[in-house]
Amino acid sequence: MIEKPINNRAWLLVLPVLAFVLFSALLPMMTVVNYSLQDSMGANNFFWNGDAWFRDVLNPSTDIGARFFDALIRNLSFSFAALLIEVPLGIAIALCLPRSGWAVGPCLVLIALPMLIPWNVVGTIWQIFARADIGLFGAAINGLGIPYNDTQDPVAAWITIVIIDVWHWTPLVILLSYAGLRAIPDAFYQAARIDAASRWAVFVNIELPKLQKVLVIAVLLRFMQTFMIYTEPFVVTGGGPGSATTFLSIDLVKIALGQVDLGNAAAMSLIYNLITITLCWIFYTIMTQLDRRRDA
Amino acid sequence: MFASIAETFSEIGSKFTWMAWTWETAIFFGFIATALVILTLLAVYRPEMPRKGILGFPTTRGDRFFVTMLGAAYIHILWIGFGGGELWYALGISGLFGIAMFIFA
Repeated sequence: MIEKPINNRAWLLVLPVLAFVLFSALLPMMTVVNYSLQDSMGANNFFWNGDAWFRDVLNPSTDIGARFFDALIRNLSFSFAALLIEVPLGIAIALCLPRSGWAVGPCLVLIALPMLIPWNVVGTIWQIFARADIGLFGAAINGLGIPYNDTQDPVAAWITIVIIDVWHWTPLVILLSYAGLRAIPDAFYQAARIDAASRWAVFVNIELPKLQKVLVIAVLLRFMQTFMIYTEPFVVTGGGPGSATTFLSIDLVKIALGQVDLGNAAAMSLIYNLITITLCWIFYTIMTQLDRRRDA
Repeated sequence: MFASIAETFSEIGSKFTWMAWTWETAIFFGFIATALVILTLLAVYRPEMPRKGILGFPTTRGDRFFVTMLGAAYIHILWIGFGGGELWYALGISGLFGIAMFIFA
């Protein structure tokens, strides 16, 4: 085996990425922090405002605070609903997929297709697809005698947004679970057959524990993406009807760019960001701990 | 010579007026940057092994610093959320939390 030289100059290769992150993330982030503590009358004139914006956003009895907490609850319920459907559905479909033979390729390609479509295109497709008058989906549901209108009925709007996300991103869970299932050595299944284990026992005692790692990754990715959802509700419902599908990101854009209320928007986005960072860190810690336990 | 250096600095400074800097936020980010540099130097010259504390998983100095910063943010938010007064108290609590994290975590 060739000895690998240890040379810290390799870190210099990371510099381009650091420079990129500086301009794409760090400088904007610092600017948001600066905005969150000041008030502006436009024309780049800023006045120190202390913690007043944060006190507004964190007080549910103010207008902005009520909006923030409502949107936060909406975000969390949406993420929860999407995960609750996508993860079991993804595992179930992955279990049904063929493990070998000619059908593997076509199946995987077909399943991966929705993931290749950009968010705004998905939104546009569904905006037309779900229309109550001419959309195939909306008109068909109405034709069955079930009243459905995603621009007027909050429940219908919510169901539409959740279905869009399930349609778009269950494939990710399927592919991750499928990869996890393929990695289980056949010896485990042989042992199960010798013990005459039921299908359910095989699933609970062999497949699910082996899937733990990929499922943590799937839940992390899906949670992050659903928690920052913007394009689909923006295109399909525009945050409505009323504010039924106004998620945090949509409300932020309304406050920052619609009302040019930079201070409140900055304070709100920092709290939003803090929640995201915390959840990322929790998932990351769980993942690295699982790794370490496996190595031990 | 000093005048030209000062001029260069103020010219660089004028490029960042769009960021709406204040000396308070500059101190805040300066603190984080300094802490990161110190942690890096410590990691190079005083390497350590992760140890397991009250958090239930192995942590390094960097992890403890991260938990401290995260916790400090939550302490400030809860302090404001429950209608607390001056933020200096929240900062004090955060300091105690940080010390506790570096000792016990």
